[in-house]
Amino acid sequence: MVFDVQNETMPRDELETLQLKRLKYLVEKVYHNVPFYNKKFSEMKVKPQDVKSLNDLKHLPFTEKQDLRNNYPFGLFAVPRESVVRVHASSGTTGKATVVGYTRRDVDNWASLMARSFEACGVTRADIVHNAYGYGLFTGGLGAHYGAEALGATILPVSGGATKRQVMLMKDFGPTVICCTPSYALHLYETALANGINIDDLRLKVGIFGAEPWTEEMRHDIQNKLQLKALDIYGLSEIMGPGVGIECIAAQDGLHIWEDHFLIEIINPETGEPLPAGEKGELVITTLTKEAQPLIRYRTRDITRINNIPCRCGRTHYRIERITGRSDDMLIIRGVNVFPSQIESILLETEGLSPHYQLIIDRKGSMDILEVQVEVNEKLFSDEIKHLQQIEKKIMSHIKEFLGVTAKITLVEPRTIARSEGKAQRIVDKRKL
Amino acid sequence: MKVEQISIFLENRAGRLADVTRTLSEAGVNIRALSLADTTDFGILRLIVTDHEKAKKALKDNGFTVGRTNVVAAEVEDRPGGLHDILSMLSTNGINVEYMYAFVQQSGKNAVLIFRFDRTDEAIETLQKNGVRIIPGSELYNI
Repeated sequence: MVFDVQNETMPRDELETLQLKRLKYLVEKVYHNVPFYNKKFSEMKVKPQDVKSLNDLKHLPFTEKQDLRNNYPFGLFAVPRESVVRVHASSGTTGKATVVGYTRRDVDNWASLMARSFEACGVTRADIVHNAYGYGLFTGGLGAHYGAEALGATILPVSGGATKRQVMLMKDFGPTVICCTPSYALHLYETALANGINIDDLRLKVGIFGAEPWTEEMRHDIQNKLQLKALDIYGLSEIMGPGVGIECIAAQDGLHIWEDHFLIEIINPETGEPLPAGEKGELVITTLTKEAQPLIRYRTRDITRINNIPCRCGRTHYRIERITGRSDDMLIIRGVNVFPSQIESILLETEGLSPHYQLIIDRKGSMDILEVQVEVNEKLFSDEIKHLQQIEKKIMSHIKEFLGVTAKITLVEPRTIARSEGKAQRIVDKRKL
Repeated sequence: MKVEQISIFLENRAGRLADVTRTLSEAGVNIRALSLADTTDFGILRLIVTDHEKAKKALKDNGFTVGRTNVVAAEVEDRPGGLHDILSMLSTNGINVEYMYAFVQQSGKNAVLIFRFDRTDEAIETLQKNGVRIIPGSELYNI
């Protein structure tokens, strides 16, 4: 039931000794190999030898998403480009992608951490894994793929889309494990029913769901409908991809973060001050073993808290509670990260559009629906319906092209979008999370 | 020879059209002709009024998005085939009608057709050559 007994159940004092050893090595490495970190350390007057205990972590600089963008594409690599065997990128758009490189060892570590994660969910070599995460620059597909192979399970690299075909495959191939976003799981369920496939015809027993926020209610709904155990997985491309943390099937309560590879902190997002275990704040991760693109104190912007109570599964690694929000304005729509500022630049690039817009997100059935309301101004206005409809279509196709999300565009009258304190309310999230 | 038309962007919400008519009524502007085009989300109200400058100002002051367009008003005898004759002339000359609406004059003899063309000047020329009377704005506003 535990993939890597030595590392996953290591006593805390040994684990912390290992973490400190790895942290010291990491700090030396980035200081000497990554100009960005060398400069940051110098600005903060920190030297690698200042790190004497894990407690000294708080003296190190944060790394932010913007730092990755500023060093786009390969500026944060700590190894020569030839040592990088794979590159992934977050749902980056309009040239602002965040790129991550992996050495051979990084890819192997990732696979073994994903294998651990699968096993923590009760997956064994005997299982068939239906992987409906997208393959490509997005880390979900390949991350789960290599993890399942490393475990020795049978992987079905289905990727996203063609839902009707997916449910046929599920009936014919009999996968026992499904990996996808929680909302897509419900979509698969509805598609199955619509195509006369009964859940009793399927053999699913475990679902590993991530890449978007979901609730306990949604978990119950998925478990009832799909007749499986639904488990939460955590990851982000900047750090690695899926498998940074996982819920174990034994407790199904919080996600173990693989602490021999990732050092976690919770900070107050306003002040940057570290918070003690149990307090809610922003998750900050330091990669302890990454070779190609190690990150020091990466601000994930995900809001959660650390649970340091020993887990009944026997793993000694601390857990975080499910992500309950963001400390920035990022939205996750059908698994895709969307910043309102990205929509704003698309609108501004679309001729004649005022930057007065509002994003309305709702969930109809199992699907997230994004509506972009744009205020019409005189420059944009035409007395011909077709011109206005062309504008709607143009915005829709730009959003689809740059963000990969289908949005409904609604033109609204000027000054109808509520301004609070002179600033427009950009986001109305009607999803109950 | 052109007629000034104002157009107003309307969201499909109850009461929006009434807001326009209230604004015009309070400004003392009379509507000569109107057409409302709509989609599921929004509509465009096109108006010919007695005083378009006054109407435009009142509407803008009340927060409406207002556009102005030159349209053509053609007079046609109120009988079967009247509209068809005109459309035939236009199509023979390859002129496209973007949209149109019509009303019958009080005298009941003639109808007035309001056209928005893709090539307005050519359209006027074609119609006049074929003996169609074009009603100038000054006359239409004061009918």
